[in-house]
Amino acid sequence: MSFLLVFAIVLAIGLIAFAVGRQRARAQDDGTVKPHSRAHYHGWLAFLTGVIPAVLFLAAWDIGASAYLNSHIHAALPADVADGTVAHEDLAAGLVKSLASGMRRLDSQTLAALPQTFAELQPMLAAKGVALAPDTQDYMIPIAADANRVSDRLDMIVAVVSIGLVLIGSVYGLSRITPRGRARNHVEKVMLWSLLGASTLAILTTIGIVLSMLFQTIAFFEKIPLTNFFFGTVWDPRFAAAGSGGAEGQFGLIPLLAGTLYIAFVALLVAVPIGLMSAVYMSEYAAPKVRAVVKPALELLAGIPTIVYGIFALVTLGPFLRDISAALAGGTPFIQAQSILTAGLVMGVMLIPVVSSLSDDIITAVPRAMRDGSLGLGATRSETIKRVILPAALPGIVGAILLTASRAIGETMIVVLAAGVAANLTLNPFEAMTTITVKIVNQLTGDLEFNTPQTLVAFALGITLFALTLVMNIVALYIVRKYREQYE
Amino acid sequence: MNIMTEKSLEDAVNAEMNRPNEPIKMRGDQVTVHYGDKQALFGVNLDVRQNQVTALIGPSGCGKSTFLRCLNRMNDTIDSARVGGKITLDSEDIYDPKIDVVELRARVGMVFQKPNPFPKSIYENVAYGPRIHGLAKNKAELDEIVEKSLQKAALWNEAKDRLNEPGTGLSGGQQQRLCIARAIAVAPEVILMDEPCSALDPIATAKVEELIDELRENYTIVIVTHSMQQAARVSQRTAMFHLGYLVEEGPTDKMFTNPDDKRTQDYITGRFG
Repeated sequence: MSFLLVFAIVLAIGLIAFAVGRQRARAQDDGTVKPHSRAHYHGWLAFLTGVIPAVLFLAAWDIGASAYLNSHIHAALPADVADGTVAHEDLAAGLVKSLASGMRRLDSQTLAALPQTFAELQPMLAAKGVALAPDTQDYMIPIAADANRVSDRLDMIVAVVSIGLVLIGSVYGLSRITPRGRARNHVEKVMLWSLLGASTLAILTTIGIVLSMLFQTIAFFEKIPLTNFFFGTVWDPRFAAAGSGGAEGQFGLIPLLAGTLYIAFVALLVAVPIGLMSAVYMSEYAAPKVRAVVKPALELLAGIPTIVYGIFALVTLGPFLRDISAALAGGTPFIQAQSILTAGLVMGVMLIPVVSSLSDDIITAVPRAMRDGSLGLGATRSETIKRVILPAALPGIVGAILLTASRAIGETMIVVLAAGVAANLTLNPFEAMTTITVKIVNQLTGDLEFNTPQTLVAFALGITLFALTLVMNIVALYIVRKYREQYE
Repeated sequence: MNIMTEKSLEDAVNAEMNRPNEPIKMRGDQVTVHYGDKQALFGVNLDVRQNQVTALIGPSGCGKSTFLRCLNRMNDTIDSARVGGKITLDSEDIYDPKIDVVELRARVGMVFQKPNPFPKSIYENVAYGPRIHGLAKNKAELDEIVEKSLQKAALWNEAKDRLNEPGTGLSGGQQQRLCIARAIAVAPEVILMDEPCSALDPIATAKVEELIDELRENYTIVIVTHSMQQAARVSQRTAMFHLGYLVEEGPTDKMFTNPDDKRTQDYITGRFG
């Protein structure tokens, strides 16, 4: 029985318990005692006492069962599997698993007379639309068949147990219904816990992401010293074939960090003034009708995928700037087609709506009393904006700019296409440079072993980037919060 | 019928006799205001006399603040507001297209209900207007304007040692006096006050009221208030508004002792409102 079907049955039983519980609570209300909770709370409590244990069991079992199946397959594999054509035991287990899931598509007749060799089996599976790796070995067929049998048995157990749990739980919940029962309080408590669980999940995920990067980063720093990474000025990871030995390559962070900050700086140079001015226009000058059109239109810019901006930079803006510079210099262009300038300009355009939307909210939050006070003294609108509103909103705007800056630092696609992948260390904005994010993609998309410094460096870069943006976000949030206290 | 006419005639004569000789500073002539489709003010005729305090009273939503905000065109900042009729300052129509609203607001200053100092230092708050209008040629002149304004607003003694501290750090009453100093610093002719004491405690209120009385020497003041006692204490003339109409207007002592209109009588004795 499939997982989803079991889940549906559990839910259905729970809903029946809800209906019965509500009915029961209503029937108990004979007017002599004032019920503590309304009938539907009793219904929900019966639903929850039934469904929660069953769902928890389902979740736990699902994890446990796949682990069990995994060890079962590993145990069945021949001991010398790694010496054969398959490079690794995990790989073999993976092949068995995909074979097993492929065999699920076959009908019972074929399964009863399963061919002995993969060469015979493959066309049968291919007929069902299952494509398998050619590495699959003959000895894996019985293991896969066995694994399917085991998992069928496990599925049966889980179905029986969880349906049993929901039944017992519901009956227990229903039996506890009394007119003075505090069902409302219990239901509220469950709500509280589930909300708490939801918010904890996001935090745990973040911690998990950091930890997963941290272990790989430590592995990287075991091979490459910290100082070489953080203070190295040359980025030359030397992609070499696995096991060929030779030079390790150089993993200097400085050129990438410089490129990241430089491009982000150019982008902010474009985005901040334009975004800020459009925010001022929208919050202070625009008539409601104009604002209703312009604001969504501007925010539409934020919805364009960054790869589209990248394409624009690559095929339109980059060549255009190069040709212009060629015309200006008389022949040889001084702006390369892929340059910091191109990437910065396009990224800046991408960030305009971010700046304007955030600052618009902040400027609008400046109390009307400030505007009235200034206008009442005979200040013009622009004097009011320049001397009262912007200074009052400044901390918030700085926060918005820092948030925008972390967006700029994390941007990848525009840089790949507009600034290239060459890790130069230069101050000339007309040359190509690259960023941390681009190099992470670069290092991870090669056909490399996972334990080489060439790959592991991606994690060190990732965690550096994470730390960088985290610090910026913390500073930004701190400033924004401090600003908020000012008018209270 | 005859008696009634005689009585109102007598009142009119009394009112005429009580009217002091100060010239009219501002005059509202058939002033109407619409907010979108809703009419907030219906044909108000009201004179504001020089070097007097004119109090506008009436229940909430009666249009008194609306009228006040017409006098320095602060209603311009509300998109849906439309003002009709004629308002003059020294016989000049302030809604004339030739009039620069910025100049008008420098002549007709405003103090708001809630103290609204800018998030700047005390000094900068007061220096704000003079800087914008270029009233001081140098730092020394600006210092002098700031000091004089703070003195006139009776805040100098409390603030002189902390001119560089933020204005928002003052107490509510001090903040309101700072806002008055800020308005005075522009050297206006008329000061409009929209319930200037409604956010203040009684002690701060007393100080501000005392200040209003002193300011009358040099300025023309129009004040909106919900406090009958305040209107009686600080104003020379009182205008009663109700549902967007001017009910009656006259010398304050007459308004509070012998009003013509029953609605005024009811309102000042607290029977409605």
